[in-house]
Amino acid sequence: MTTYLIRRLLTLVPVLAVVVTVVFLLIHLIPGDPVSVMLGPDATPAQIQATRQALGLDRPLHEQLLKFYARVLRGDLGQSYFLDRPVVTALLERAEPTLVLTFSALLVAVLIGVPSGIIAAAYQGSLWDRALMLASLLGVCVPGFWLSLNFIYLFAVRLGWLPAAGYASILADPVAALRYMVLPAVSLGFNQSALIARISRSCMLEALQQDYIRTARAKGVSQRSVMWVHAFRNALVPVVTVVGITMAILIGGAVVTEIVFNIPGLGRLIISAVLRRDYPVVQGVILVTATAYVLINLMVDVLYVFIDPRIRYG
Amino acid sequence: MADGAATTAVAAAEAPARPTWRRHAVRNRNIAVGASILAVVILAALLANVISTHDPRRLNPAQRLKAPSAANFLGTDEFGRDVYSLVLHGARVSLLVGATTMILTSLWGIVIGLIAGYYRRVDMALMRIMDGLMAFPAILLAIALMAARGPGIGNVIFALSVVYTPRTAMLIRSTVLTLRELDYVQAARALGRRDLAIAFRHILPNCVGPLLVQASFIFAYAILAEAILGFLGVGVPPYVPSWGNVIASGKNVIREAFWVSLFPGLALTVSGLSLNLLGDGLRDVLDPRLRVQ
Repeated sequence: MTTYLIRRLLTLVPVLAVVVTVVFLLIHLIPGDPVSVMLGPDATPAQIQATRQALGLDRPLHEQLLKFYARVLRGDLGQSYFLDRPVVTALLERAEPTLVLTFSALLVAVLIGVPSGIIAAAYQGSLWDRALMLASLLGVCVPGFWLSLNFIYLFAVRLGWLPAAGYASILADPVAALRYMVLPAVSLGFNQSALIARISRSCMLEALQQDYIRTARAKGVSQRSVMWVHAFRNALVPVVTVVGITMAILIGGAVVTEIVFNIPGLGRLIISAVLRRDYPVVQGVILVTATAYVLINLMVDVLYVFIDPRIRYG
Repeated sequence: MADGAATTAVAAAEAPARPTWRRHAVRNRNIAVGASILAVVILAALLANVISTHDPRRLNPAQRLKAPSAANFLGTDEFGRDVYSLVLHGARVSLLVGATTMILTSLWGIVIGLIAGYYRRVDMALMRIMDGLMAFPAILLAIALMAARGPGIGNVIFALSVVYTPRTAMLIRSTVLTLRELDYVQAARALGRRDLAIAFRHILPNCVGPLLVQASFIFAYAILAEAILGFLGVGVPPYVPSWGNVIASGKNVIREAFWVSLFPGLALTVSGLSLNLLGDGLRDVLDPRLRVQ
């Protein structure tokens, strides 16, 4: 297990190196002179020259890249042009809402997706199965941000049950936090629940066709026990992968949901940074989310071993 | 998806060549429904100038936020633009971005996948780069690329192609890896055929099945991603009638005029549904194991 973990961690090195390089190259994708674009039309030549030197853009590309690696390894993501503080500080300030939203949406996705998939598999071919699978197909196709708008219209504007937008910290006011979080979490989680439902269904169906299920049934084990103890546990491994992938997708989806519901998280940070050409912040947000994405995938891989004892990594 | 598609290709390569999949494709309900809906969307986009009732760019403050009526089938937005005409013209932008991204990702995917699958020495480096690109949440990488390149249809297509190419490249690579070990490829090599000839004449035709399935899903992702970028204000410029832009303008007036965001969103959902049905159907037809069932 330890060897596996070390080997798995080592495979992250090239991936993260590519991630950092892509993030570095972003500035160089700006058409024309990046510094003139960053500073806008009012910048004087002296300012442009000073910024170019400050950012090291006057140095050869490989030297800039090495410096960038060194800075990232030290945890220094630069200074925001507009927020008047280091990028790392800005990221830490905005991380809480994004994390709360991502985990709440994941909870919604699993709570809707897994039971739907299991019910559909248990009653394969029935009306339930067809209805749930049709709903999941629609769930995959409905754009999450549009669903959010419809939810706002229905539950906030028409019915007035929940606030249309905003955020309260879960530490400061848990009740208000919950009220604010319901609509964003459901609209973000709904899309992903569709994917989880489809995978859960097919995994359960595959598990239910195995010989040990027939044996269990022949022994007279109850339907409930067959479903949950015998089939579900074995169907769980691929489902966990999908939940892991879901988590990673939700980080991206959270960006859009935050804009719809006016949640002050990383999504709003990156969009305002894009609009203000605050490139260090753009770089910081995508670097952090990509790293989180990679680490989540690692965690999912490691989780396998605990869920399925048949998998042993040497 | 990649594994399943790779198996498809292997199975397809092992089976004797016969055009049965076309017959299955015609009978497949998912393909029939998906293709029909897509045909309607394409037709609407092509005929947008003819069947629009208004100029989608013409601002008409006197008519702002009118509910759907005989004069404006789907109502008007906050600038008095006709939503029906906006949705029709928006289809053009969506389909243009979706189709171009699909073609570019397929081309790049084939080139990178073939090289990686065929030349083991560059495989490692290319796949690590693909892994690295896939480590970014898709929409965030697209946003970051748009940040660097600025708004515009060309830049949206560029960003989405960068985001989705690795998926296709990895799919082609895994298909090539299985195919290159098969007897007929080995035989071609023994006969002294050059790598390029083997790649294009013997391997590539057998990648077409998985590629078609993947391409239809990428078409769907690209249409959705384009709308998201537009909605966030970092996609095509706001004055261009695109579904994402119209939904974004509908967000500001959702209390007074729900229809502004409702109809372009429906168009987006229906288009996504058609491409997903098409992709699912193609996968069923092109995977002989599923066909037997």
